[in-house]
Amino acid sequence: MSAPVAHFDEDSRRVAADLRHRSIIQTAMGKYEVVRDQRKLWFQDWQGARNLAARTKFEAVNHLDTHLAEFAKTLEARGTKLHWASNAEQARIIILGILKEKNAKVVVKSKAMTSEEIHLNDAMEKSGYEVVESDLGEYIVQLREEAPYHLVFPAMHLTRGEIKDLFQKKLNDAPSDDPEVLTMVARRALRKKYLQADVGITGANFAIAETGMISITENEGNARLTAALPKTMITLVGIEKVLPRLEDLALFLPMLAVMGTGQPLTCYNTMYGGPRQPGEADGPEEYHVVLLDNQRTLLLADAEQRDALGCIRCGACLNVCPIFRNVGGHTYGTVYGGPIGSVITPHLRGLQEWKHLSYASSLCGACTETCPVKIDLHHHLLQNRRNASAPTTGKPNFFQKLLFKVFAAVANSPGSWSFTTKLSRIGMKLRALVNGSVLDPAQAWTKTRELPPMARQSFREWLKEREP
Amino acid sequence: MSERENIFARIREGLSVKAHPHHGSGLPTVAEQRSVMPPVGASADEQIALFARNAAELKATFKRVNNSSELTAELRALRDIEKWQRVATHRSQLAHTQAVGLGLPTLVTDDGYDKHELEQCDVGISECDALIAQTGTVLVTSQTAGGRALSCLPPHHVVIARRDQLVADLPAACAVVKQRHGANYPSMISFITGPSRTGDIERILVLGAHGPKKLTIFCLS
Repeated sequence: MSAPVAHFDEDSRRVAADLRHRSIIQTAMGKYEVVRDQRKLWFQDWQGARNLAARTKFEAVNHLDTHLAEFAKTLEARGTKLHWASNAEQARIIILGILKEKNAKVVVKSKAMTSEEIHLNDAMEKSGYEVVESDLGEYIVQLREEAPYHLVFPAMHLTRGEIKDLFQKKLNDAPSDDPEVLTMVARRALRKKYLQADVGITGANFAIAETGMISITENEGNARLTAALPKTMITLVGIEKVLPRLEDLALFLPMLAVMGTGQPLTCYNTMYGGPRQPGEADGPEEYHVVLLDNQRTLLLADAEQRDALGCIRCGACLNVCPIFRNVGGHTYGTVYGGPIGSVITPHLRGLQEWKHLSYASSLCGACTETCPVKIDLHHHLLQNRRNASAPTTGKPNFFQKLLFKVFAAVANSPGSWSFTTKLSRIGMKLRALVNGSVLDPAQAWTKTRELPPMARQSFREWLKEREP
Repeated sequence: MSERENIFARIREGLSVKAHPHHGSGLPTVAEQRSVMPPVGASADEQIALFARNAAELKATFKRVNNSSELTAELRALRDIEKWQRVATHRSQLAHTQAVGLGLPTLVTDDGYDKHELEQCDVGISECDALIAQTGTVLVTSQTAGGRALSCLPPHHVVIARRDQLVADLPAACAVVKQRHGANYPSMISFITGPSRTGDIERILVLGAHGPKKLTIFCLS
């Protein structure tokens, strides 16, 4: 087994049986579901809104060349330095180059999944910079030296007690386990860092072509401060984040908030279009935007799954996914977890090595149904399964062929079908005696689950009794 | 070729195969957006009532004042209750006059300021570009609200708005931004919806994560 699949296999078994993990996740998701559903009703027509969002993203992604060129032009026109990175390494080199040029020591960051994607923190720390994540959840997982658990709620797998212990150990400041007290501990610690930092790094939720601005959605104000106080600001953004017009935000901002956290609008939705402009009181002297491809163009080239580039990273598909809720966010071993991560990771990081994620799904379709931009997630998982099976190994072997021949013979004759079902009923009774043990032919299923008994009567027998 | 050219070449090659528009195509009009989005009453009274309801739900304070002397009285009351020592504001007609009128040491961001000093201020008093009834949002920009930090660094943000700045919904707010700033966009435009908050610890709401713990909005009729 390759490393990712072995890791997935091991962790999913362990976490799925962890009742404490289950109760934490179920409680958090339960709260989320209630407010999300209230907010959907707040819209006049939520399904209509999803259609408009899907249409907008279709236009944005399918004319990405036009919109990206416009974005670059309008952004550069007002003094932003634009950088293009085809892969993670190029992006790291660009950002480390800026830090070096600015003689930076302390870097403050607001939440950016793209930076996780290119392992930016690791690279900056190895080069000797002090890097501080400023989003509370990200700050907590950074102190724990682990990856974010979820796209939107990085520390949702932790209890207040664990966070108190962490703050006590790392910051020597944790008067109680009250979430408010703990939040204020982080507020105090991070305030110093904003004032100290030489460079602020952010991600972006959207890039508006028309106005040449990136848009950041947040609740805490940490991105606002990251963009306001340091002398240099850097934004790392995927090329697929472009929206054509300013007014597209009027639809996307509330939809992202509803699906992400169940809010009508998150607290701060802020657009940035350059360094401090003449006549403005403050803001960075320099603004750099790094546009990242990193295999996004490979996904773009797959017309069947291109819609996956429309993802707004709201995390809604993770929240409804029965697999995510049982195996947890870290089990995936990917930056992007849950259904959307299972769809795009094989494109971003290699189909063969990550094809097991296509099977991390019950194909129930809850993800597709909830997605605010209507990405056809569960069908894309099926397409990845198909694409991953090479033509030779994809063909059935001798035993599989034999099995289907026997099945066809049995199923095609009413007599043999009825005989076989009768035989199975007896077989099932015998099987029950060895239920779950190694002698049980259905052990793969029964060692962790119950096997429902077969009906006492077949449908045809039932019908025969009732026919005059 | 530069990386920019490489990326564009890959995009164009990728897009040479057309995708099927399963959910329709063409950018939606604003009218289409409005037909699905949260409803907003047509009359001015309905809109201000909606803004007030939304602000309350967001745990922001919203108060209507009839004239500038009423506003002064409200601000002085806040000053005394919260024991403000230092205030911050920006060059502007309404906010600046009111802030200076409090008789406290006043930091004016447009004059150039030390960020440590701004951090020590008890309140940031700013104007805004619009109030949005649909969501209870305050729209500020770096040109018209004293820069980037004034509305975010002090623990209390006081917004002074005029009654005619209230707009119905998010599309209308986008139109205000274009109309007012289209020729020269500010480097920052922020939709502020309630005081700073987080739910990162057990999804329990805590106000004042990094930005202001309090948001007070005065609407001058």
